[in-house]
Amino acid sequence: MVSPVNAPPSPKPTTLPRLLRGLGAGTNTLSLDAHIAIHGPLNIDIDAGSPDQTLCTTIANSGLGGRGGANFPVSRKIDAVIAERRAPHVLINATEGEPPSHKDHVLLRSTPHLVLDGALVCAGAIGAREITIAIEASSTAEYTALTAALAERTSQRMHPGVTITVATVPDGFVVGEERAVISALNGGPAKPTIAPPRPFQKGINGAPTLVQNAETAAHLALIARHGAEWFGAVGTTDEPGSALVTLTGAVTQPGVYEIALGTPLNDLIATAGGLTESARAYLIGGYFGSWIDARDAHALTLSNSDLRARGGGLGARAIIALPAHACGLHETARVADYLSHESAGQCGPCVHGLRAIADGLADLANGNAGAQADIERWLTLVAGRGACRHPDGAAKLIASALDVFADEIRAHTREKRCAASATKILPVPLSSSPKRTRA
Amino acid sequence: MSDQLRVNWIRCDAHGLCAELFPERITLDEWGYPIVDPTPIPRELRRHAERAVAQCPVLALSLVRIEDSPRPAR
Repeated sequence: MVSPVNAPPSPKPTTLPRLLRGLGAGTNTLSLDAHIAIHGPLNIDIDAGSPDQTLCTTIANSGLGGRGGANFPVSRKIDAVIAERRAPHVLINATEGEPPSHKDHVLLRSTPHLVLDGALVCAGAIGAREITIAIEASSTAEYTALTAALAERTSQRMHPGVTITVATVPDGFVVGEERAVISALNGGPAKPTIAPPRPFQKGINGAPTLVQNAETAAHLALIARHGAEWFGAVGTTDEPGSALVTLTGAVTQPGVYEIALGTPLNDLIATAGGLTESARAYLIGGYFGSWIDARDAHALTLSNSDLRARGGGLGARAIIALPAHACGLHETARVADYLSHESAGQCGPCVHGLRAIADGLADLANGNAGAQADIERWLTLVAGRGACRHPDGAAKLIASALDVFADEIRAHTREKRCAASATKILPVPLSSSPKRTRA
Repeated sequence: MSDQLRVNWIRCDAHGLCAELFPERITLDEWGYPIVDPTPIPRELRRHAERAVAQCPVLALSLVRIEDSPRPAR
């Protein structure tokens, strides 16, 4: 049993927020007592050391997709790990190297017990006794919140049969890729490795490893309490449940919001107090996402099915409203340069291709019309030619910029002018990776 | 069931031998890295493919058997 037996059962919340329930303004952290008062106790048997079929069925029926960006069905990963029939490991990937995304870190800082409960649900489902929670070395506030939450549980002798370790990995955009996290935790470089083997086959210390994102774990914590039907009471048939989004850019109240999947973009923006000025475009899905022209965004709903029809995807649901006074071409060129520097430096097409594309995009933004054909050729050359999806994601973003900002490209190359101010909207940190193993 | 060439991109160092030994399916991009044509390899070309695999100085190229059943998503 995971919680004090006398804790009063909590009614199932019928409205959003679910994950962010009980959190006021500010950055307070829910204590264990407050967490149980809000969400009720977690009643699962995690000390069995064998897969919990009932729990697995509940998770499968919920239809939960991974909330780290790929939307991969959680139950399929669980089944794959169980099928290996060796002592498994749970890895909660709490890294959030995507500059415009803050949702996982908000969860960790404000409601770490929900993430810990979810990690235990993962362990119960597959019969694991070891859990690792990985977080970037620079995320000190999140690390503190997590370790303090663990200490509260240890002092109450909760789940003594399961070991939970909080481990840090280096900062960096590609470090969040699950195989890079595992490589770092196993003492190797924090870089993606060639698949197969995949984590469910060979993960932490070679054990079959169930990798789930921090937000995914938080959903599992509530699915184990309230059931699959409750989970699907919001969202769409194909994409059930709620999800966290990080909304920034030209909105009155930027921040992390919890939405039902399928919510109209306009409703989310209204919740955030509306736009501060008219938007030129929306970047949806973070830096592996796609630009959507604001003129095409009126009827847009936040679901993968709607976005895929437009060539995009929800990704980890970082959304940036680009104000009309900014330049999407310059903005994308800055991000392309950042993504090029954030290449792990392992695979030739990514190293050379992303560098060439980023330089070409800067050229184009400076008025060189001839650069566009080169960029378009290079974009076809990098996709699918790497150990991870870094080049694919970057190529997708840049291809969407060439499409959506066609008018801007014309203005830059023909009239040699940029109508925008020098305001920088898209966050680009100083690159965390000095390495350049090939160039 | 068919055979397909697969590149280990972490190992590949753009030596380019594969494109010389198996031009029917491999060309090089402008940085010297292989571009592999995914068309299934017929029996009469299989020995060329095997030679390209064997001669790669960093063992970055392999032939993998692809089942015709629908592949898992990832």
